[in-house]
Amino acid sequence: MAFAGDLRRVRAIVWKDLTTERRSKAGFNAVAFLGILILLLFGFALGPDAEALRNAAAGALWLAILFAGVLAFNRSYQLELDGGALEPLLLYPAPRWTIFAGKFVANLLFVLMVEAIVVPVAIVLFQVKAGTGWLPALGVMLLGSVGFVALGTFYASMASRSRAREVLLPLLLFPMLIPVLLASSEASASLLAGNPMRDAGAWVRLLVAFDVIFVVASFLAFDHVIEV
Amino acid sequence: MSHAVPLESDSAAATGGPGGRGLEWFGVAAILMLVGAQALGLLTSPADRDMGHLQKIMYVHVPAAWNAFIAFFVVAVSSLLYLWKGQERHDLLAASAAEVGTVFTALTLALGSIWGRPTWGVWWTWDPRLTSTAVLLLIFVGYLSLRAFIEDADRRAQWSAAVGLLGALNVPIVYMSVRWWRTLHQIQSTPSTVDPEYVVGLRANAIAVLLVLVYFTMKRYRAARAERLAEQLEEQAALEGRGA
Repeated sequence: MAFAGDLRRVRAIVWKDLTTERRSKAGFNAVAFLGILILLLFGFALGPDAEALRNAAAGALWLAILFAGVLAFNRSYQLELDGGALEPLLLYPAPRWTIFAGKFVANLLFVLMVEAIVVPVAIVLFQVKAGTGWLPALGVMLLGSVGFVALGTFYASMASRSRAREVLLPLLLFPMLIPVLLASSEASASLLAGNPMRDAGAWVRLLVAFDVIFVVASFLAFDHVIEV
Repeated sequence: MSHAVPLESDSAAATGGPGGRGLEWFGVAAILMLVGAQALGLLTSPADRDMGHLQKIMYVHVPAAWNAFIAFFVVAVSSLLYLWKGQERHDLLAASAAEVGTVFTALTLALGSIWGRPTWGVWWTWDPRLTSTAVLLLIFVGYLSLRAFIEDADRRAQWSAAVGLLGALNVPIVYMSVRWWRTLHQIQSTPSTVDPEYVVGLRANAIAVLLVLVYFTMKRYRAARAERLAEQLEEQAALEGRGA
């Protein structure tokens, strides 16, 4: 029964965060357009050669998602801090992990919605021929996003409450995400190029392992960092 | 939740914890040992068949790499101990070891680069061991910047323990992912892969660098202790209305 109550709390936090976002839309629009902008910049930097663009597509897409998405995480705590709402939230008689779970799910949905806009743009701009591997490639996208959002939500809980939060979050987060970046872009590249699962399989397993380890670790560590 | 454990404000803490003057003598011994081990390595080993005297870089590069990993192991263990027990000394030890480990990692990378230019023909290559060492360096630079950006001592300790632990957890994953991505590095030098003529020099240097690591870490630990004590005295003075 207690667990059902916890789930209800998680849902309440998700709903609250997404409603705040839906009513202003400022954060979402900015992040989605920044993602598109980064893709365009990559296009200019890599030159107009269609073959070169296609080969770089998966990596460029992931970098666009990382650089744009990282802006969302601090925001999700910043809104609480500005409204003086974090302390009341901590005062509720509920386990701390429900707060993290709520923030995590809300941020994940946010990032997935951003991806829903950025991915089609990347396919058009980089002239990707989405072959038979597009469905597993979406699965890779989801796995990569889970790891990205878990660590992003966790580190932002500290960075957003420190000085120099804009620079601190990427500084902490990006080195940690190198396995996600490598695995996601390698797996989606080999899937989109039409390679069967043979090549992508190892990367997908790595992504799953990364997700499990860091979702658990950030859930456990969140208890320690949110209280001080 | 407050973890402010009062420092033992006896003179040992003020002058920097265990040993007092003993640590200085230990430092002198460690440096002398390093000089001796370097001389041993440089003088006794013949020039390598392929690399010539370039091989001598091994006597600093390899011990620095090993000891950097030892330092980060200390960071991970002390972070875990801090989260578990909440004692300030574990936090300060983690911070000291992280600083020294970062310096040793940077040294490893720089020397590797100097060695790589004539051997591989490039300053840098995207090889797994190289790349994951660079990532390790970045993870701990992030750790140290986090510490630098937070004034509140409890918060700094708690947060950096979590970050240090997650960072250490990621090291094997980073290494694995980069290894799958690229493979080129020669098998690393250990006493079992190098010619017997080089083994003594390598072992002696590894131990000497370990002693230097311990000395640097203890030295930083003392400084951190003294800084915390100064902070607390200042706080106390402010609370008693004597001004900061």
